[in-house]
Amino acid sequence: MSVSPSGSGGAVRGSVTVRRGSSRRSPRPFGRSSGVPWLYLAPALVVLGGLLVYPVYQLGLISFLEYTQAQVSGGEPTTFQGFGNYAELFGDGEFWRVLLATVVFAAACVVSTLAVGCALAVLLTRVRALPRLALMMAALGAWATPAVTGSTVWLLLFDPDFGPVNRMLGLGDHSWTYGRFSAFGLVLLEVVWCSFPFVMVTVYAGIRAVPAEVLEAAALDGASQWRIWRSVLAPMLRPILVVVTIQSVIWDFKVFTQIYVMTNGGGIAGQNLVLNVYAYQKAFASSQYSLGSAIGVVMLLILLAVTLVYLRLLRRQGEEL
Amino acid sequence: MNLPRARVRRPWRLAAEASALLIAVVVAFPLYWMVLSAFKPAGEIESSEPRPWTLAPSLDSFRRVFGQQEFGRYFLNSLLVAGTVVIASALIAFLAATAVTRFRFRFRTTLLIMFLVAQMVPVEALTIPLFFLMRDFGQLNTLGSLILPHIAFSLPFAIWMLRGFVKAVPEALEEAAYIDGASRARFLWQILFPLVFPGLVATSVFSFISTWNDFLFAKSFIISDTSQSTLPMALLVFYKPDDPDWGGVMAASTVMTIPVLVFFVLVQRRLVSGLGGAVKD
Repeated sequence: MSVSPSGSGGAVRGSVTVRRGSSRRSPRPFGRSSGVPWLYLAPALVVLGGLLVYPVYQLGLISFLEYTQAQVSGGEPTTFQGFGNYAELFGDGEFWRVLLATVVFAAACVVSTLAVGCALAVLLTRVRALPRLALMMAALGAWATPAVTGSTVWLLLFDPDFGPVNRMLGLGDHSWTYGRFSAFGLVLLEVVWCSFPFVMVTVYAGIRAVPAEVLEAAALDGASQWRIWRSVLAPMLRPILVVVTIQSVIWDFKVFTQIYVMTNGGGIAGQNLVLNVYAYQKAFASSQYSLGSAIGVVMLLILLAVTLVYLRLLRRQGEEL
Repeated sequence: MNLPRARVRRPWRLAAEASALLIAVVVAFPLYWMVLSAFKPAGEIESSEPRPWTLAPSLDSFRRVFGQQEFGRYFLNSLLVAGTVVIASALIAFLAATAVTRFRFRFRTTLLIMFLVAQMVPVEALTIPLFFLMRDFGQLNTLGSLILPHIAFSLPFAIWMLRGFVKAVPEALEEAAYIDGASRARFLWQILFPLVFPGLVATSVFSFISTWNDFLFAKSFIISDTSQSTLPMALLVFYKPDDPDWGGVMAASTVMTIPVLVFFVLVQRRLVSGLGGAVKD
């Protein structure tokens, strides 16, 4: 029987202190019943099983089949392809180009988002209430902006004809979406703009939870601000930093809307494709569902690898699940 | 403010405050430009001398947006989808989070790890199998095809995040309620639920945003019946890459952003403490 703190029960109820002998059944309604937790879990497991686990299985299955328009609407029987789709995919130079672009783009987004988010979180702790409120509100506004909306607004800002940015920078009618790198750069700006607030707010909440005495002690010992951040705050914030890093990796690796809207479905001749958009184009634009699924499986495996790293990190920190 | 005040010297603090304000302006600028462009008369948006103000605000763009076939309906569709997802996933996640924090049972840790792994699944990659699933169940072109997957995809994160909140409720409270004769269901809904509610609110921000913003599912599953469209699709009616109607796009964007902003302002304080709580555990 799990021993529960009996004194605190009294604190909640007033003066009655409940002292239990081991002969009595635990008065907790929860605890050791075998059926009840599964009852509570049932709705979640049904939904997740049907709409997450089963589709993942299907995704894997389709990636091994011949599955094109003929099978979808023509009623032709599906044929098993083995690793044929993967062979076709890996033999295609475009796939490797897109994969490389996705990894580099996601890495750039993650690093920029974390740098901006952490820097602004520290800045938030240095200022008085009014500037803090202003920055917090602006950040929440950016966070709240839907991806489609944000994409179109940034396009207008950088529009070669009517945008204020080119006017301010004196760039004439320079088109940002024409070149491969400037288009990726523009999308990166938008992605950082709408995802740094999550990092900023979370890290700020974390810094606020660090006891003031610790920081004062460090300051009294003559540590510089940078030193305080590196040797005191960063280690204490490590769990939080791990969480926001992993979340950013996951989000930025899967960017779809911004690329799709801002580069009009992957840029000129597909120069701005990332895996997600690539899979979508393969499946829904050219009806090669099995190739699209194979790309999806590749993404799944990459993110699974990231997850394993995350779990190892959590375990090393000794966090109990 | 936690950082030692004495060390932050005055000129530095002023510099920090000035840069904070400047950054706030830069961050808010896209939103300002969106609202401004929505109110600008047509000639001013499409001018080569964009000015950061307008002397003749007009509602033309909004009229055009709401005059577009059933824009109001798309708005309601979006609201219905997001609302259903928020409520359903909050309730389901609450029950599941209670199960994994208040009980000890076999496979508990396995389940927790699976919830974590489920968060990593790239939702977008599942569009293809989900498309066929929805087709087989006759759900294509219905709002159900948007609601169901979004409930599933917001659950793992919601459960993971709520865990911390449920854990924070002292077990003694549970014993006390039981001794006072409360049934399990009564404790669950009348004691635990209100205590965990702030956490539910913080969690619901994420499911609300991801659902409200959803573009891929709406684009893939609502293929022919436009009366079931949601806002992101309606917005793109105005955005033709070669000749975008910027006024219409910005007006529609403004209309689409407002509900999320309202939602954020309402839950803002809980969000900050909620995120801190969830991450700290």
